[in-house]
Amino acid sequence: MVIYGVYIVSKSGGLIFNHDHNVPRIENERVFNYPLDLKLRYENKKIVVSFGQKEGINVGHVLTAVNGNAVIGRELENGKDVFDLLEEPECFPLSLKFSRARMTTNEKIFLASMFYPLFAIASQLSPEPRCSGIEILEADTFRLHCYQTLTGIKFIVVAESTQSGIEILLKRVFELYADYALKNPFYSLEMPIRCELFETNLQTLLENVEKSGASSA
Amino acid sequence: MTIHNLYIFSKNGTLLYYAEWNRLNKSGITKEEEAKLMYGMLFSIKSFVNKISPLDPKEGFLYYKTSKYTLHYFETPSGLKFVLNTDNASQNARELLQQLYRDVSNLFLIKNPLCQLNEPIQSELFKLKVDELFKKSPLFLSRTI
Repeated sequence: MVIYGVYIVSKSGGLIFNHDHNVPRIENERVFNYPLDLKLRYENKKIVVSFGQKEGINVGHVLTAVNGNAVIGRELENGKDVFDLLEEPECFPLSLKFSRARMTTNEKIFLASMFYPLFAIASQLSPEPRCSGIEILEADTFRLHCYQTLTGIKFIVVAESTQSGIEILLKRVFELYADYALKNPFYSLEMPIRCELFETNLQTLLENVEKSGASSA
Repeated sequence: MTIHNLYIFSKNGTLLYYAEWNRLNKSGITKEEEAKLMYGMLFSIKSFVNKISPLDPKEGFLYYKTSKYTLHYFETPSGLKFVLNTDNASQNARELLQQLYRDVSNLFLIKNPLCQLNEPIQSELFKLKVDELFKKSPLFLSRTI
């Protein structure tokens, strides 16, 4: 029973609030000998695994550290290129640390605006007349619930597929939004929500729902 | 319970096959444009799911649900994509898609040397078998009856 995150998307498709609740950290450190049995690739300013997943290091994981030194872009802190380093047999054995890439704020904004057209197309391609957009989207690792208010604001919760009581949770988040964000005189519509009361109340609500399901929501 | 329509896409997004049974709403665009829109949406959903997923996804996107219908998605490792729209009460539509891939596509499409891969399916036998499979399924219950 885990809730991974809450997102609020404004009427025009911008991300106005996001809260990471319980995102698991997937990290693996392992000692490698020459030659490396992984294929690495440089993309989007990160070094990612492109082939050869094993022992918890999966395709798509990002190289974060070499021998405990953090990797920035494709270089180590001392300015040495990681790919050059991996070509030198005398540097081995090396301890490499990989982790699943975490979303940056920019990526979250990008994904929020990406969800907006998906929501609209889903209602356009409907085989039935007068259909809403996406309400539940399920993948094998999570389930996304979306609730759109009459005013067009979307509340999105990403949770484990087994988590119950999300419908009620979404309505409660809407209530909190109405109480603590909209009644705040310093909050202007369509702008990112930075209200402390809203965040603390949301945090308590999420913890309650995780602990005991829908009943306490 | 009803099955609305079925799309089969190839690896590179060509619409191989489209069939519809109970469809009340026309999207107002041509079938080709609609297929492109559908493929584009699925492509975006796939990358969306990959990015937002908190753990490493294996199968990735399974289905989405709106107030009126559910879209089930099944992709084979070779990139063949099956999309089925049903109403919200339908369960196990994914198994039906797997069955379609296992029984019908393999037998009447891939084992047919006259069938060009990556081109829209012309085979009458295939069309017949797909229709038969879906009409036999417990999910299929036409509202006209």
